Amino acid sequence: MPVQSIRVGSGAGFSGDRIDAAQPVIRELMTGGGPTALMFETLGERTLALAQLRRRENPELGYEPKLAAILQPILPDCLKAGITILGNFGAGNPPAAGRLIDGLMAKAGLNGRIAVITGDDLLQADGLEVLRAHCPDLPDEKLLISANAYLGAEPLAQAMAEGADIVVTGRVADPSLALAPMIHHLGWATDDWDRLAQGTMAGHLLECGAQVTGGYFADPGLKDVPNIEEATFPIATMNADGSFVIGKPPGGGLVDRRTVTEQLLYEVHDPAGYLTPDVAADITGAEIVELGGDRVRVDGIRGHARPETLKVTVCFDGGWIGEGEISYMGPNAAARARLAGEMVRRRAPQSLKLRFDLIGVMSVLADDGGAAWRDFAPDEAAARDVRLRVAMSGPDKESVERGLQEIEALYCTGPAAGGGIRLSSRRRISTISCYVPRAAARPRIEMLEARHG
Amino acid sequence: MAETLLHRIAHARAGDKGNRLNISLIAYDPALYETLREQVTVEAVTAHFRHRTPSAVARHELPKLHAMNFVLDGVLDGGVTQALNLDAHGKCLSFHLLDLKVTVPEALTHLIR
Repeated sequence: MPVQSIRVGSGAGFSGDRIDAAQPVIRELMTGGGPTALMFETLGERTLALAQLRRRENPELGYEPKLAAILQPILPDCLKAGITILGNFGAGNPPAAGRLIDGLMAKAGLNGRIAVITGDDLLQADGLEVLRAHCPDLPDEKLLISANAYLGAEPLAQAMAEGADIVVTGRVADPSLALAPMIHHLGWATDDWDRLAQGTMAGHLLECGAQVTGGYFADPGLKDVPNIEEATFPIATMNADGSFVIGKPPGGGLVDRRTVTEQLLYEVHDPAGYLTPDVAADITGAEIVELGGDRVRVDGIRGHARPETLKVTVCFDGGWIGEGEISYMGPNAAARARLAGEMVRRRAPQSLKLRFDLIGVMSVLADDGGAAWRDFAPDEAAARDVRLRVAMSGPDKESVERGLQEIEALYCTGPAAGGGIRLSSRRRISTISCYVPRAAARPRIEMLEARHG
Repeated sequence: MAETLLHRIAHARAGDKGNRLNISLIAYDPALYETLREQVTVEAVTAHFRHRTPSAVARHELPKLHAMNFVLDGVLDGGVTQALNLDAHGKCLSFHLLDLKVTVPEALTHLIR
């Protein structure tokens, strides 16, 4: 039975997000009545590839590594209060995530329905044929780590219609995690483009958690955020007509015209066509209305028919990356750091691509070609605290380790008074995006009945 | 007229997708939107980011939000999974945009923060 409004909160905006963010949101959702849902967005572009690598090593892994820590403290309250949990924390292995959640519920003596959504993984079944046909830059097959299509809200809403208390997904478009409970509870049609666009942009404002409540925002003196370290995560109140308000539970942070405008445009390209599997949203007519008390209404969002294709992120083996740093201070610090970098350049394996930064002189802007040094001409002689950073990429672990060894050797062979060397290396996962016909992904819902109470 | 940094009249946020960076630029006061529109042009932004050799720069105008959205292609050293940059996402680059100098008309100088 459709209702007039629902509330959707955010419990995480990325895999490394604050682990205790969900509790204040849940406390707020438990008051006030009406249907409620809590979304967890924990799946970045390459997070999924890392998950697939873990799954290869152990078929029972490959979901969000912090899943138990995220859900264990909140499952009892959410199930008791009827707050539906939706998360892409299934990552590379949603069925295993479902089993883990069932295990958590068994330990806590809880009952509920866990919906596991699959079908985004195109490296299974005949997906590879589709990729070959639609991804011109597809790398050699044996380099492929993952290829996942972004699913939309429909299978998630369907799972809720079948009584799911927890919806576990792999790759879905981030805003779809919020749109699904809106479609389900408000009875929206899947071609009601204006409402789907409004729900999608509400989800877009929620999907990065605190980024709409004062995170990634503070600029002391110009944009101050009260009790920033206690910023609470956002809650959207969505009405059946598609109008919505972004707010937050009591606590630190803020929601105002500025935070909402910044996040509305975050990772948006053409504002007339923000594309998801569900809709093409048009925010060119969007208007922000401050209601006071950390509540903001967003009007004027329109929608158009959804794209005929689905975006696929393909992850493949990109060799290895290494980073090393060493510090120099006092007079001539930058010159000694540069000499150290030159030594590494001459001695490191030729197969490596190298990049040099002088932290304390110029590092963020320093491009590889040297143009930034010419254009911005920082005063190197004035620098008294300089840290050479060498980054390198190569085809294999051995060549990168060999390059890092040249940095370590600077302790005894390098310029005068170099200290504080730190070295690290990691596998590099490269990604490309392509677009496949919608029919290439066949979403499936598997329902687990957890009966432990 | 007064010369100031963009930082004193507008705020900005950067986001990345692949090798493409977007930076929103939002006037603190709606009255300053026209100043942004006139001075923070595609040409000015392309020049300001020239060391990153963008392959394309687009500007989308959102007057109702007194904001603009810049989309810079090819400036992230291949994107977060490829880059050897410290800031592979390009998250810091919104404040590089805010380092641009602008001239504020006399009638609006009281709006400089």
